Amino acid sequence: MNLSEEELKRYNRQMMMDGWGEETQQKLKNSTVFIAGAGGLGSPVSIYLTVAGIGNLRICDFDSPDWTNLNRQILHDHTRIGTNKAESAKITLNRLNPSVNVEAFTGKITEETVDELVGDADLIIDCMDNFPTRYLLNETAIRKGIPLIYGSIWGMDGMVSFIDSPETPCLKCLFPEAPPSETFPVVGATPGVIGSLQALEAIKYLTGIGSNLRGYLLVWNGMKNEFRRYRVPKDPECPICGNNKG
Amino acid sequence: MAVKVRIPTPLQRLTDGKEEVEGKPGKLIDLIMDLDSRYPGLAERVSENGKIRRFVNIYVNEEDVRFLNAEETEVKDGDEVSIVPAIAGGRGI
Repeated sequence: MNLSEEELKRYNRQMMMDGWGEETQQKLKNSTVFIAGAGGLGSPVSIYLTVAGIGNLRICDFDSPDWTNLNRQILHDHTRIGTNKAESAKITLNRLNPSVNVEAFTGKITEETVDELVGDADLIIDCMDNFPTRYLLNETAIRKGIPLIYGSIWGMDGMVSFIDSPETPCLKCLFPEAPPSETFPVVGATPGVIGSLQALEAIKYLTGIGSNLRGYLLVWNGMKNEFRRYRVPKDPECPICGNNKG
Repeated sequence: MAVKVRIPTPLQRLTDGKEEVEGKPGKLIDLIMDLDSRYPGLAERVSENGKIRRFVNIYVNEEDVRFLNAEETEVKDGDEVSIVPAIAGGRGI
């Protein structure tokens, strides 16, 4: 389906980017992205992908917003307390751009459900809060041959990486073991920074413009407003993507 | 000139809020133990029984020590050591 007059106006400023134009915008419209989590990171990620015109978003969260979420989870407001986060996300995103097809999934991401939830997405964006689910998404991404954009936050700090195993290391190469779980401090602008970087990585991948953080971990120190990039090699001993896998 | 060690925010409670501290050149594990004598508790957060915890990445001049010589990696004067623990956060509870 071609872009409507309204869409051509809506995306005008981004189509001005070198190498973008109508054809690339159409490519975005035909793309599908799976967003795991509609919280701190899932909010900016889904908002920026929606306004950029990614045609199909599959967003998944089993939880519902509470007051302690509202300093950062800008998809939701106090009137949505008690509503499922994925459903709440869909309401917000539909308002921002009705031409995007948003599917809300309200179940948990588990070994049993993950394949169906991810479906035939072109990309997975990991906006989770726990490593077991992050590892599960990592394995699913590898099995389906879909890239995954990892992001996480703590306080005013965060990190991002673009995972496309076997070409790049996988999440298990990057962090072989899960850190202990905790309720951590966070300022809303932090997932704003990291989620926006994840969205930009997604847009670059889908448009083919620019380059992704392949084989690198980008670490942001918000206290000092400083970015550092670390090289992440593939781990030949990785149980998920290494020589001795499975 | 000493070794510059970057402390991640969650561990700065142990270093009196310092984001950077000075370390002693030598084996990485000895540097960590030496820091622990000045900032008690630091070694336990990044290592266990003399091994770096597997959810903590340590980079010497931007290279992950797991792919160098792990705990035995030699750190020289002027090197920069960054401690980067995995963080689970994103969706937020």
